[in-house]
Amino acid sequence: MSGKITMAAALNRAIDEAMAEDEGVILLGEDVAAKQGGGVFKISAGLTEKYGEHRIRATPISEQAILGACVGAALAGMRPIAEIMLMNFLTVAMDQIVNHAAKLRFMSGGQTNVPLVIRTTTGVGVGFGGQHSDMLEAWFAHVAGLKVVTPSNAADAQGLMRAAIACNDPVIFIENILCYGLQSEDPGANHIVPLGKAAVAKEGTDCSIITYGRTVLDALEVAGQLAEEGISVEVIDLRTIAPYDEETVTASVRKTGRAVVLHEAVKAYGTGAEIAARLNEKLFGELKAPVQRLGGAFSAVPMASALEQSWIPTKDGIKQAVHATMNWKK
Amino acid sequence: MKIDRDKLLDIYTRTMRIAKTDEKFRSLLMSGKFASMYYTVRGQELVSAAAMAALEPTDYLVTTYRGQHDQIAKGVPLKPLFAEIIGKATGTCKGKGGAMHITHPDSGVMVTTGVVGSGLPIANGLAMAAQNRKDGRIAVTCFGDGASNIGAFHEALNMAELYKLPVIFICQNNRYGEHTAFADHTCVDSIVTRAAAYGMKGVKVDGNDAEAMYTVVKEAADRARAGEGPTLIEAMCYRMMGHFFGADFSYMPKEHLEEMAREDPLPRLRKLMLDYQYSEAELDAILADIDAEVEAAAQFAFDSPFPDASELRIDVYEEEIAA
Repeated sequence: MSGKITMAAALNRAIDEAMAEDEGVILLGEDVAAKQGGGVFKISAGLTEKYGEHRIRATPISEQAILGACVGAALAGMRPIAEIMLMNFLTVAMDQIVNHAAKLRFMSGGQTNVPLVIRTTTGVGVGFGGQHSDMLEAWFAHVAGLKVVTPSNAADAQGLMRAAIACNDPVIFIENILCYGLQSEDPGANHIVPLGKAAVAKEGTDCSIITYGRTVLDALEVAGQLAEEGISVEVIDLRTIAPYDEETVTASVRKTGRAVVLHEAVKAYGTGAEIAARLNEKLFGELKAPVQRLGGAFSAVPMASALEQSWIPTKDGIKQAVHATMNWKK
Repeated sequence: MKIDRDKLLDIYTRTMRIAKTDEKFRSLLMSGKFASMYYTVRGQELVSAAAMAALEPTDYLVTTYRGQHDQIAKGVPLKPLFAEIIGKATGTCKGKGGAMHITHPDSGVMVTTGVVGSGLPIANGLAMAAQNRKDGRIAVTCFGDGASNIGAFHEALNMAELYKLPVIFICQNNRYGEHTAFADHTCVDSIVTRAAAYGMKGVKVDGNDAEAMYTVVKEAADRARAGEGPTLIEAMCYRMMGHFFGADFSYMPKEHLEEMAREDPLPRLRKLMLDYQYSEAELDAILADIDAEVEAAAQFAFDSPFPDASELRIDVYEEEIAA
């Protein structure tokens, strides 16, 4: 297979393939049907024409009703996909996600399950401000029963989406607004990337950067710059944030002895803290330097571009963190 | 209005199975045989019995933490029900859910939620599955008057009518939301008036009138199955005890307590049974059978093992979490 595909087209293809394969796959969300243009970000463009309005349901602006309906349909054995336009809007339906989708398998003693994909987009860097930009993955990673996934490239977006739809448990699938136009080599039809498996985005021997989503791109760019200084950086793209691939992460850091954990979400209480803590538990004696953490500032995401660019980890900041691990003196 | 004589007997049996089970739980709690948060359904037995008798066994039910009457009426067998509430491995949910989360898909009981109002949007989804599959099933959700003031109620009614979903919303208006009287938490006289806001059919009914309650739910079920959309039913009833078992209910005025006693559905149904030419002896024989069933269920629960700690790693995800 040759040619390129964008992340938006890859997501559309994955959903299209799953819907063609299984009548139980349905999509609910605001503006998602043909009448509304196939969604604000056009991810469902062309699907209503193929699968009809009973399977591509444009909904009222009612996140509790959307996610509740998806939970119910999933309990009945369907495989609903919810599009919740922006990640911050998940907060108005947390009850359905946390108290119901996540827990019904356990609370029913395994009699029921919720095969649901909650697609949502977000991202810092477009000036959307405090209520349209948050990466809230840590909130969901903290809830037993949920899986949390985010792709950093188009091919993974396609493969992870297929795996998420096939998963018999609820998956929070985070898309990044800035990444929809990113192009990958076209992985072809029926490409699947299993959940729970990280990718080694770049191999290296001196320091591991563990990250996911859009910041994988920053990490790769910084790794390239550091190579010119003679520092060999390994970049791990988690792809599945929760439960994450601890085996791959531990093996990488065991090899390099140094780790930087990087994410766009607020650093304090973020998933980076969990990863750093587990690295300490597993590799305390083998680490050549303390694990460095990078994340967003402890404030709401600001609108002004000047402030927003200071809010997220910068490439200089990533470089400094790697240097800090390299120059650490015991 | 008269209903089929056999159907009334079915309603009576369901009602008394609920009443006897509730009575047994209260007696076990009083005697200290086990301790648990327990939301008694005393006073609401008939509402559920008549409603569920109007459904098919394959229809879906979503209920709330005060839902034991709904669960039993829908057909949850008593042995795993008792075991679940007492926290045993043989419970419906292996002891992981408890009274507030009884689930039994074989009876159509898909969710019991402990969060007020959250069942309504979920019932829509079950109805949506039925609508897409054209399998003739409908979804029913039961909730209290208090739930009509939470956002999920309004979002769910709007969506249900918008998509003409085969769903019935049964509000069991027991006149108290926790400790607060209906008039002190709701700005309209009747919940059913809210149906109009969503262009939905709404029906108010005396929930303690077996014939009326059954007929109203049957009509709503027929409409839903015919693709004519959802119905909001407000079934008037009484919560004859406090919010939870053992809770003070001195806030209920004396007149209200007297009114409840007069309207108690159990003697009222017994009288109706006699009007339908059932004999005292026939009814007593049914009660004796139910007593035996309840005693056996309680004994089964007490004799059953507790769940193993390894259960904490099971049913979190499809795949077991490594120890």
